Amino acid sequence: MTFRATLGGERYRFADLRTLLARATPPRSGDTLAGVAAASAQERVAAQLALADLPLRHFLDEAVVPYEADEVTRLIVDTHDAAAFSRVSHLTVGGLRDWLLSDAADAATLAALAPGLTPEMVAATSKLMRNQDLVLAARKCRVVTRLRNTLGLAGRLSTRLQPNHPTDDAAGIAASVLDGLLYASGDAVIGINPATDNLPQVMRLLDMLDAIITQYGIPTQSCVLTHVTNTLAAIERGAPVDLVFQSIGGTEATNRSFGVALSTLAEAREAALSLRRGARFADGIGDNVMYFETGQGSALSAGAHHGCDQQTLEARAYAVARHFKPLLVNTVVGFIGPEYLYNGKQILRAGLEDHFCAKLLGLPMGCDVCYTNHAEADQDDMDVLLTLLGAAGCNFVMGIPGADDVMLNYQTTSFHDALYLRELLGLRPAPEFEAWLAASGITREGGAFRLADGLPAPFRPALGRVA
Amino acid sequence: MKPARTPPDPWVTLRRFTAARIALGRTGVSLPTHAQLAFQAAHAAARDAVHATTDWGALARALDDLGLTSLRLTSAAATRSVYLQRPDLGRRLDAPSRERLAGHAAALNAAPLEQLADGRPVRHDLAIVIADGLSAFAIERQAAPLLAHCVPALREAGWRIAPVALVEQGRVAIGDEIGAAFEAAIVLVLIGERPGLSSPDSLGLYFTHAPRAGLTDAARNCISNVRPEGFAPALAARRLDALLRESRRRRLSGVALKDETPADAALGGTAHSFLTSD
Repeated sequence: MTFRATLGGERYRFADLRTLLARATPPRSGDTLAGVAAASAQERVAAQLALADLPLRHFLDEAVVPYEADEVTRLIVDTHDAAAFSRVSHLTVGGLRDWLLSDAADAATLAALAPGLTPEMVAATSKLMRNQDLVLAARKCRVVTRLRNTLGLAGRLSTRLQPNHPTDDAAGIAASVLDGLLYASGDAVIGINPATDNLPQVMRLLDMLDAIITQYGIPTQSCVLTHVTNTLAAIERGAPVDLVFQSIGGTEATNRSFGVALSTLAEAREAALSLRRGARFADGIGDNVMYFETGQGSALSAGAHHGCDQQTLEARAYAVARHFKPLLVNTVVGFIGPEYLYNGKQILRAGLEDHFCAKLLGLPMGCDVCYTNHAEADQDDMDVLLTLLGAAGCNFVMGIPGADDVMLNYQTTSFHDALYLRELLGLRPAPEFEAWLAASGITREGGAFRLADGLPAPFRPALGRVA
Repeated sequence: MKPARTPPDPWVTLRRFTAARIALGRTGVSLPTHAQLAFQAAHAAARDAVHATTDWGALARALDDLGLTSLRLTSAAATRSVYLQRPDLGRRLDAPSRERLAGHAAALNAAPLEQLADGRPVRHDLAIVIADGLSAFAIERQAAPLLAHCVPALREAGWRIAPVALVEQGRVAIGDEIGAAFEAAIVLVLIGERPGLSSPDSLGLYFTHAPRAGLTDAARNCISNVRPEGFAPALAARRLDALLRESRRRRLSGVALKDETPADAALGGTAHSFLTSD
């Protein structure tokens, strides 16, 4: 279907839905690289005007990537919940934005609506929103998940402790784990990006993290972020796998470039569930066993973008994620580099869009607030994104010593950064982890959330071993 | 008198196990001033490293010493600024380079060794590409030492190796086009990785079996962080050697080729964490 808008005496025409969405997207280098961005600032607003008047129902009739050619489109269409959608089915895209920001939309309503929304509807809405809209609407959503603790509750901010080491050296990783734990980090997951995909090495890391978590009784889960087929092989060989990790994208061909299909993810999830490593809660065992990472630009990078803009495709990756009931999803927003998100301003906007879209679709969304040394960004930019994500109710952020990942060569948020956010906004870790921190003497008992001084008793023997 | 600084944390002794910025200390929950400025200094150095240019002549001479001839090529990204914003251009050669490469490959007139599954002939076991990527320092410092550790053994095993392609403003995927031009069974790309704060000179190794333009990362295997303070070149070369032979033998690369080197032989360093008592 063709879309039209008139602005400033100029008439604009958009050939189809994916073109309309792309032209309406706030500027970023990746869409320019793909050749799908608006040619002028006015064309962009014209597209936003046309998009605002588009009925949401239209998204059920026109796919941005053909149904026949793409299993992600088939997943989106075939699992769409018409009953849940009925609440907003009379609205336009602009109408959905207004409704989301109104008092009528609260946590319970939004949770019930989530299965009725498609990624494209949510992406379209975000394109009409300013940063403050993205923050405010996302903050209304609440997505709680469980494996060995409870993540995503109101007033909580969790962290992935990321103890990466360039050679996977056990003592080097342990040093960063200890540093993180003593800075109250690691309730979302203790997750290592291994230096290689070597399977015996991956299994050694899994054993090591499991032993640490067991010995200190830490209410958290571990993950080694290797390819899903590696994790599957590790499970088959008896490794203690809590979480299955995989990078995913919004088109079948992007996922193929990652070496995965929906069937691979389903198989790995079943295998992880069969281990029954979740904690027992009053109403059953924790069963969110997947951890996904995403990021705008991956589809273009794989030559698999089908003429769509990168933000719409990013939202489609969330449809893949939600099908597998993940414990954690995060956008690695500034990792991909300046060819997709050029500077601090573009990274900021993308981080807020990704968080908003994922939350609206019902995902336990976190964000790797990050940048690389070849991007036009610095720590000041990260402070702004981190603070806004805290205000928006982001489920978790990364935690790494001194913001410097010595293995992946990029800057993400530090243990100190997470404490800053908790201090500033009065946020606390996951309840089970918070209790463990206090019992271990890492934080002070009672009152406000504060780190204790000195080395807590449970960790003195370990330090004694290497003194 | 030196003014007092906010002290590091009591577990500062653990710094000997990692270059990670641990035990920085804190003022309230915030970073002490000197830790904050040390970070800013490292970021400034990394920013400058991204824009450094490679001494290609010195690299060619170092390869000469290993008995490897080389040829200079450039990607379609003419400048660093274009390179940073146009990955598509960094993945393919410019027209003069493509012509020069084709001429060079034809002049070698290498006899076919075998045929690939898709019918193309194989005239070299291995083609090697060195691209600057995001760190000139990485290829200047690590490329020749790494090749010194693995090329002689491969030659001893009878591998026929094509001339080394030195590519300015190149990305990983440019190796596929070059490997195809040399009609190589495998192309190996040595490329400067994005500089980290603590590692401005980290080398990445990527190889692809049956290379041809248009392949994705799923067809490649990768060894990253090759530098003396990371994955030491001698160890990385040993791993690479094993993987290349396995790739050649099984005629595949990418996610189907699992790295099964025993863990203790896979990486250096300690195998046990001090956090647990066993």
